[in-house]
Formats: sequence, structure tokens, C-alpha cells
Amino acid sequence: MNCDEASILMHALIDGELDAGHARELETHIATCAGCGARLREFHELRKMMTPAGLRYSAPARLRVSIEGKLPAPRLAAASRRSVLRGFAVGATASALAASGLLVMVMRSDDQKRVLGEVVSAHLRSLQAQHLTDVVSTDQHTVKPWFNGRLDVAPPVADLTAQGFTLMGGRLDYVDAKPVAAIVYRRRVHIINLFCAPAPGSGQRSAVMESLHGFNVRRWSENGLNLWAVSDINADELMEFGEKFEAALRQ
Amino acid sequence: MMAGGVVDLSEGGRAERFKALALPHLDDVYTLARYLLRGASDADDAVQECYLRAFRHFDTFRGGPIKPWLFAILRNVCHAAYAGSARLVFTADGADESQAAPIWREHGDTPEQAMLRRHESETMRRLIGELPAEFREVIVLREINDLSYRDIATVIEAPIGTVMSRLARARGMLREAWMAAEGEGESP
Repeated sequence: MNCDEASILMHALIDGELDAGHARELETHIATCAGCGARLREFHELRKMMTPAGLRYSAPARLRVSIEGKLPAPRLAAASRRSVLRGFAVGATASALAASGLLVMVMRSDDQKRVLGEVVSAHLRSLQAQHLTDVVSTDQHTVKPWFNGRLDVAPPVADLTAQGFTLMGGRLDYVDAKPVAAIVYRRRVHIINLFCAPAPGSGQRSAVMESLHGFNVRRWSENGLNLWAVSDINADELMEFGEKFEAALRQ
Repeated sequence: MMAGGVVDLSEGGRAERFKALALPHLDDVYTLARYLLRGASDADDAVQECYLRAFRHFDTFRGGPIKPWLFAILRNVCHAAYAGSARLVFTADGADESQAAPIWREHGDTPEQAMLRRHESETMRRLIGELPAEFREVIVLREINDLSYRDIATVIEAPIGTVMSRLARARGMLREAWMAAEGEGESP
């Protein structure tokens, strides 16, 4: 590798975008080239100066209000349901209700299958895209506050190191087109993504184990949250993770 | 989510989905607009146009992270509205610095350290703003918004190789400008 190539590739190295083969070549070059070594250090220094928090702008509140005002307002679900029912003759109401009930059940089950697919995809994405964590920390008191202002809810974060599940960090992800918290744990070489989505009124729902494309998913609901633990560890261990997690939150 | 069950396909339901997905990135989109355009009021207009356009074309959004998709739209808005205009040239207007990034206080900073940091980031903000547009945008996308090379390539509609070489040039220019600015600061 020559200095011209190195001067470009060192940025990919800094950004964690360089494949292992090129990274080795670059490191070999830098070990023997004082100029490139010095330059790499300078760019590292430069990046330290570029802390995003100091370089960001916050959108003025009036801009948010103005945009929201220009988007269509949501229909009130209760009102629309009432107006639908009013349209039916009394005799037809019962059968219409039964029919719509069936429809709701069918759609709900499809919905769950789709969401199952989405959490497994989100899990896979997190492993492939080198974007496992936005906040890297084994400390639950660092991971939990990181979500402040990024999500409408504070996701539960438990330290399960003693139980054999190491907290690695958290990130913001999307499931079912909504922002969710992903809390990342590790067991041996296996990654567990725990997705938490606000679900007001979901109540308490006990755990269900599912699997898709060789991944196990344990889903349950509590305290107005839907939770999915996704991993390639075996179902028993994932069940154990879920139980330990729930137990830790109750303490 | 799952508890909701039935998917609301109405216009209002679509808007709710869009809001839940896109509005959390408002600060990021606004930040990019501030760096791409001159002045705060142009940025306001461009961001608003970007969100309305994104909503109109929400059906074409194919999942995955929405941020690059919004950035690409914003960039098009900025280029369409201000093509050939000098307004694409950034000027740091100090007038409304007070509303910018009020979060700027690290844990354990003394007031002096906080002030120094603030000063440093104001300088950096100005230096980024003075970069030519094609270098400025890759720096903002990479350093401030933490986009991957692939996402940056999508936003600026260029190959990854171009992203890499522009980023290298941009950082080189920035480093020189930073050293020059520091030199001025030390010998007033």
C-alpha cells in the first residue's frame, strides 16, 4: 500500500468501515510510515473536537407545530366506530359485530406474524450493519437514561451479569414503523436483542415463545410495554433470559 | 403496535405512522438544513417542505432506517429551491446562536470548561460551514449524523468511493482550517 491509498483508507479505518484485509494492510503501512501514522493521529484528534452534541441545532418548536398542523389529523377511532354502527339496522347489528370481530381476529393474527418477522429482521440488521449499539455500556444506569428524549417511554434496563447475560448497550430501532428501544445483551457468543415498544393499555400478557428462520422470540407485555427478546440461543435459554429479566424488574 | 391489532389505513392513520417514524428525526433534518443553507428561516422553509414532500411520497418509503430517506429529500428540496443561488453558501449567523444546541454541558464540566467547549464547537461549526458544499455535506452526514458510508452514498447519490475520497479531502481541509484558527486564537 502506498501513502496515497493510505491517506484515503485511513478514514474508512477511523469510521469502522474498513474490511479486515485492508485494515491489516493499512496497519502494516502505518507501522513503517511515520508520516501516515502522524496523520492518522491528527485525524483522531480532529474527530475528538467534533463532538456531535456541540455541532447540532435544535429545530424551533414552532417548526414542529407548523409541520404537525399541515399533516392530516388522526380520525378518532371511537367516533368512527360509533358512526359505522349507527348505519346498521338493529337486526343487522349483531351479525355485523360478529363479522367485524372475525375480521379483527384475522387481521390481528396477521399483524402479529408481520411484527414477528419485523423483530427478527431488526435483530438480523443489528448483527449485519455494524450498528448493534448506539450507546455502549455495561451499566444499566448509563443505558436507560440514553433513551430519554429519544422515546416516549423509559425502557426497563436490568443488569443480568450475575445471571450470565451481559448488558452490552442499547440503540434506537424501528419495528412496525415505530421507534422502539433495543437493549442488547450477550450470552457467550450469542447476541440477544430485547425490543421494547410502548403499548398503552396492553396490560399484562404472559410470555409466548415463537420461532422464525431459526431465531427464537419470547414476547410478553407488562406495564404498558410490548417486549420481544430475539436471539439464536436455544429456546430454553431465551426463556430463562426472559424470566430473569422479569424477576430483576420486580425487585 | 400489536395491541392495536387492526391496521388503520385511513389518511389520518397514515399520518400517525408517518409522524411516529419521521418526526423524531426533526432535529437531525433541521441540523442538515442549517448546514446546507444560509440562515435559519431558509432552513425552516426547507425542512417544512421536506416533511410535507416526504409525507406525500410516504408510500415509496421501503422500510429500513428512515433518516437517510429524509435527508435525500431534504437535499433535493435545498437544491431545487436554491439551485444556482448564492444562498447555498453557508454563513454562520451569530444572531441566533443562543437557540442552537442548548444541551452543551458535559458531566463534571466546570463553567470555564463548558465555556471553552462551547467556544470550540462554535469554531468548528463555523469551519464546517466554510467548507465547499460537496465536502460540507459528507462531513455533516458522517460526523454529526453518524451515517454509514452506504447511507451517505444513497443520500448524495454517488458511489461509495466518492464518499470516501470526499470525506478524506473534507477532513484534510478541516484539519488545516482548525490549525489555522487555533493559531489565530493563541496569538491575538
